[in-house]
Amino acid sequence: MQIFFQQVINGLSLGSIYALLALGYTMVYGIIKLINFAHGDIYMLGAFWGYYVINVWHFNFMLALLSAMVVCGICGVIIEYLAYRPLRHSPRITALITAIGVSFFLENGMAYLFGSNARDFPQVVKQVNYDIGGVRISNIQLEILITSCVLMLILQLIIKRTKMGRAMRAVSVDNAAAELVGVDLNRTISFTFALGSSMAGAAGVMIGLYYNSIDPLMGLTPGIKAFVAAVVGGIGSVPGASLGGFLIGLLETLVQSIGLSAYKDAVVYVVLIVILLIRPMGIFGKNVKEKV
Amino acid sequence: MKRKMIKKIMGFGTAMLVAGMLAGCSTAKTASKGNAAGKTIKIGVNMELSGAAAGYGNSQKQGIQMAVDQINKNGGINVDGKKKKVSLIIRDNKTSTSTSASVAAQLVNKDKVNAIVGPATTNAGTAQIPNITKAAVPSVSPSATDPNYTLQKSGKVQPYVFRACYQNNFQGSTAAKFAYTNLKAKRVAVLADNSSDYGTGLAKAFKKAYKGKIAASQYFQEGDKDFNAILTSFKNKKIDAIYAPGYYSEIGLIVKQARQAGINVPIIGSDGMADPKLAQIAGNENATNVYYTTPFSTRVANQNGTAKKFMKAFKEQYNEEAPTFSALAYDSVYMIKKAIENEKSADSAKIAEGLTKIKNFDGVTGKITIDSKHNANKPIVVETLSNGKVSAATEIK
Repeated sequence: MQIFFQQVINGLSLGSIYALLALGYTMVYGIIKLINFAHGDIYMLGAFWGYYVINVWHFNFMLALLSAMVVCGICGVIIEYLAYRPLRHSPRITALITAIGVSFFLENGMAYLFGSNARDFPQVVKQVNYDIGGVRISNIQLEILITSCVLMLILQLIIKRTKMGRAMRAVSVDNAAAELVGVDLNRTISFTFALGSSMAGAAGVMIGLYYNSIDPLMGLTPGIKAFVAAVVGGIGSVPGASLGGFLIGLLETLVQSIGLSAYKDAVVYVVLIVILLIRPMGIFGKNVKEKV
Repeated sequence: MKRKMIKKIMGFGTAMLVAGMLAGCSTAKTASKGNAAGKTIKIGVNMELSGAAAGYGNSQKQGIQMAVDQINKNGGINVDGKKKKVSLIIRDNKTSTSTSASVAAQLVNKDKVNAIVGPATTNAGTAQIPNITKAAVPSVSPSATDPNYTLQKSGKVQPYVFRACYQNNFQGSTAAKFAYTNLKAKRVAVLADNSSDYGTGLAKAFKKAYKGKIAASQYFQEGDKDFNAILTSFKNKKIDAIYAPGYYSEIGLIVKQARQAGINVPIIGSDGMADPKLAQIAGNENATNVYYTTPFSTRVANQNGTAKKFMKAFKEQYNEEAPTFSALAYDSVYMIKKAIENEKSADSAKIAEGLTKIKNFDGVTGKITIDSKHNANKPIVVETLSNGKVSAATEIK
């Protein structure tokens, strides 16, 4: 039983990272129907930013986290402005391929500039393990869980309660109509990218602290898994992405705990295929008919 | 009309280009076999400088560069009484098998190199074999460890393929012996890197040679960061040790997460761990009771003149402790130098012949003898880490 709860804790801390990343995918998809494959690499940028400011400017963890969110938000806006905005009216596949291109650019650009070695992330928070009935949980795991839940709540509030959030929802339903009633399309899309990317930035810094190892390719696999999480939860749905993230994290942990670690990635992709076959709109997704 | 013309010309140009490239791929025919030496001795480097294995590739590049700089500073290689300088041609294979094959073709056909150092990984290394064999140019890989790497499908040895490192069977069985005899571990969990021939090969060799019980056997992928689930599942298996063959980037994390999960049994690994970065990633307080098999020990190195000089020069040039990969790459270059001096010729076919005859060569990573299967035989040691520092080195016979 202890082992079981321990595995649940492991799964939740892994899942909260996927959830934070999945939010970015889902919001961008909801608004401009683009799967932003460069999203995982923004998470890598966040981790490197955290590494830099903690080592060079001696930021504390919170400050590093917040500054990484701001920097990644700006990066997201720049990427949108330079790479995706000129393609707004081209076929979707063009934007998709561009996203993959941006992803390669960020990965190899960082590898070129800073080398592709794994680096050790500065340990600014001393790890303390708590033992609750034989289940070990560290303060860092708790911090990740709490921070990601708080960020998800804030995000939900922004989307539901603010004017910008209303504009985002309007654009995601029908961007032409939203523009007609006075929503500034470009500003709304930029804002969405900023929000999603800042979540990724926060995830990057937390992962850096948790695993103590960052490298330019670190965003690749988590990025794809978070994409699966977003699809499982229902792409376009914010609560769906959070739930999907936790589900994928728990699933991966479960598969490894029963001794099938060699297949852990395969299982995640099988889930993607099954969901796409049985319930393509995901758990929380609405089945919206596309107008022709 | 005009536009159509331009299009036609462009199309023709592209066709010509493609044709040119294809022509470049075919083997150049020369009168004698292989690439003859010119004014300088050309050494090509087919290396993983970007992509997944770039960390190892770049370490090796440093070792190669340092070896060549030293040789040139001392006037070059003595070829039958005449000193010839070495020129390096470094090309990136991006950790991709197809790029490795085309890089090899470029090196042997266009650059006309006399010998190749690299690639770092078995997969990329195997991909270059057809091209270098056609051109009769030998290659020395610093770190391709798969037992079959130097062999043809029929079991005969590949005439132009050499390596400067151990092959997996030797290292895996040594670790098994060490775990059973020295550590008295009766139940071992194996946790291996599933994404490289290196990890799976070592795991296989270990399992075959280990006399105790394999209590659990799990795999991870290169680039994985979370091992908590696997390690938690080891907890109720009553294990005495963990055998984790792989590279420092992942094993460092395994060591860290195992210790944090309260698993304090010995962790045994392979020479992919022999890097100061392991302790940095794991954290010094966690890197205790950690063992790995390695040809190159900084402690043993202090008793070996060649290695001592190398360590000092490396630290001066790059301002860090020399990783194993740099040492192996450094040895690869000097093995080629030795072959040239012995054969009194820098023609590529002659170098291949010379490499087969290397015996008791005084390398940084020990006394190297090339056996009939082109493997590098040299003594093996098990290093012990305590608090992130190497505290003991045991020679295993």
